[in-house]
Amino acid sequence: MRTVRIPSPFSLLIWAALWEVGGRGLQSDLLPPLSTVIGVAFDVVHLPSFWKALSETAQAFGAGMFLAIVLGIPMGVLMGLVGAVDKLANTWINIFVSAPLTAVVPALMPLMGIGQTTVVATVFLFAVWVITLDTQAGIRKVNGSLIDMSKVFGATAPQRFFKILLPGALPEILTGIRLGVVRGIKGVIIGQIIISLLGFGALFEEYLQAFAMASFWALILIVFALAFLFVEAIAAIERRVDFYASSR
Amino acid sequence: MDADPIVKVRDVSMRYENGTHALNAVTLDIPKGNLVTLLGPSGCGKTSLLKIIAGLLKPSSGEIRINDRVTHAPGPDRALVFQDFALMPWANMMRNVAFGLELRGVPRAERHRIAQKYISEVGLTGFEEKYPHELSGGMRQRAGLARALAVNADVLMMDEPFSSVDEQMRRKLQEDLLALLRVEKKTVIFVTHSIEEAVYLSDRIVLLSRHPGRVMRIVDTGIDHNAAPEDIRRDPRYLDTVDDIWTSLKGYLN
Amino acid sequence: MLADVNQRAHVQVLGPELEQNALVDLPRVRSVGIIWWRILSFVLVFGAWEVAGRAPVSLAFPPFSAVAAALVGLTLDGELLRAYSDTLPPLLIGISLVSIGGVAAGIAMGLLRPVEWLFYPLLVVMQTAPMAAIIPLITQFYGVGAAAKVLAVVIVSMPLVVLNSYKGIRDTSTSLLEMCRSFMGSKWQEITKIILPSASAMIFAGLRLSISGGFIGIVLAELLITPTGIGDVISYNSSISHYAEMYAAIVSIVLLATFTLTLLQRLERRLFGAVPTFGQ
Repeated sequence: MRTVRIPSPFSLLIWAALWEVGGRGLQSDLLPPLSTVIGVAFDVVHLPSFWKALSETAQAFGAGMFLAIVLGIPMGVLMGLVGAVDKLANTWINIFVSAPLTAVVPALMPLMGIGQTTVVATVFLFAVWVITLDTQAGIRKVNGSLIDMSKVFGATAPQRFFKILLPGALPEILTGIRLGVVRGIKGVIIGQIIISLLGFGALFEEYLQAFAMASFWALILIVFALAFLFVEAIAAIERRVDFYASSR
Repeated sequence: MDADPIVKVRDVSMRYENGTHALNAVTLDIPKGNLVTLLGPSGCGKTSLLKIIAGLLKPSSGEIRINDRVTHAPGPDRALVFQDFALMPWANMMRNVAFGLELRGVPRAERHRIAQKYISEVGLTGFEEKYPHELSGGMRQRAGLARALAVNADVLMMDEPFSSVDEQMRRKLQEDLLALLRVEKKTVIFVTHSIEEAVYLSDRIVLLSRHPGRVMRIVDTGIDHNAAPEDIRRDPRYLDTVDDIWTSLKGYLN
Repeated sequence: MLADVNQRAHVQVLGPELEQNALVDLPRVRSVGIIWWRILSFVLVFGAWEVAGRAPVSLAFPPFSAVAAALVGLTLDGELLRAYSDTLPPLLIGISLVSIGGVAAGIAMGLLRPVEWLFYPLLVVMQTAPMAAIIPLITQFYGVGAAAKVLAVVIVSMPLVVLNSYKGIRDTSTSLLEMCRSFMGSKWQEITKIILPSASAMIFAGLRLSISGGFIGIVLAELLITPTGIGDVISYNSSISHYAEMYAAIVSIVLLATFTLTLLQRLERRLFGAVPTFGQ
């Protein structure tokens, strides 16, 4: 008996159906049926409040990620190349990569105000540690004989760094960036929720206060979809260098 | 000692940071144009010695002279072929072969032209655009060899270059190497733990003991490497030398 | 899909902590030398903190000594104890629920294709989603109670546990399975003697991740709801500008999380040898 293989993503349709039926059946104010939510989503996307929230969120996210990458990668490189730096920084970075950084946000607020700066700092803090660690690991992983080979053929230190170390570490660096992005997205949302004056955080709050549940869930769907697409885009880039990751 | 050896190893000892005593007072000569093999069981320091001659490792004591000049760093006079091929997986074969020239700043068109010559010499024409993961083990090693030839070094060092390929490919590569060396007159320092391979390829074999590595014997094979490959393996001198070396190695193996 | 990249070493499925362990060992005393480096790093950071705190830039950044003193003060007057007696129970309940339910779901996904088919895409989306966005909904409508906190913990930490358990099952070495079949092992034996032991390392790692996620969930819930738990201590002290106390509370939860996770990592290492690495 041959089984027909339906691709897995189609299971999402079943969940969608569940939501629809459940929403209608339960008649709960908190969870409108999916069709209602999708309908409202189209409206929400046209509201100026949505676009304001999107641009505020994108700015804070972009600035925070930029800082995390621009500071995290060199730090990771340093840690990978210089033993002393690694020994000093390692404990702290490992603490911060799994610490509940959410707790730190209230400390940022009095220092940086209740605005974009705090959100940017939150994104930075959420993302930078994993980028640093993965970069370090990538550098360490570069095959010793590739480095020997480049020395044998006369490579100078800068040549070794740009032609061997960086390309060799690139798969891990990209993974670190992807993971950093996932955390950064969490960071921007959490930061905004705690401040609740900006971006999607503020918009979520607004809908909750007004008990506009369909709008709330619509926004959830939109934000989740955006997050997924963005991360998937990075994963696509990661896949392009994947071909040499395993044969290093 | 020989007249005008291109590489002189004088009293080289190597002690690693973790206390391993890899080499002890090794002294030997590599005559110009010869293929000399460092042969011994694992742990005898042959790869360490090769890396020291290549300039990748600094010996704890002793010196290396290339063309009678003391050297402790890599240089354009030496090239290395690696056991695990050491090809950059993100670059295609042409770029890999031309890499030594790229590091020296040779312009692209020029270095590709030079690389192309050696690519055809090792029999890899047509595969220039392929990436290492698309090439078989034997092809990857040929690329490594082409890269080492392309920089036109005097001394070619080969660190167990055929041990990562299967047996049939290994034989083919050995034969091809001899054919190549008839055209490219190089001095070759070869490392292996295979006695047959050593005797087949070498003009001189240096037997190393282990813990720590020391020169036990130097055997000049006297085999004519211009003969046809099958004839070499049937040459009585080949068979006798293999036996002779095996007896020596057995003697201090344990 | 994300799935393909996940075959490689740093599987996002497993969460950042696992990548951290896959790539970098938790600092442990390999030699006497390492301890001195660690001490030096603490001295440097705390020293810098002290100096920066004394700089007249902002009152909102107290020096290290003030925070340390406040931490001692809060511990001694029982404030921290009260706070954690509100925070820890829902955290533990949430983690237990996630551990049992999440691991079971992950194993089911790993062993039964239909379950995998049904849940996998959903979980992949939930992985990248900022689940924290749902927490205000919980706190707004489920109020101040422990139930809301438990729900917050579960929502944030569930996806990773399920995915890790699932991946642990899927990653079972085919040659071990073939070996078992060649010796005529039954399906049940295959599951209990090969698959589950082989998956246990990743399952344990997933649990460790759930704890770190749980901390995040509960802190966020408590920052939004008052007046309970350590989150409340943080926001309360912030509102009355007692910054040293606020920082002390933050430090306490970071310390607690670090301590717990470090213990688990040690346990993991003892039980399973080297912390798992993947895709190599």
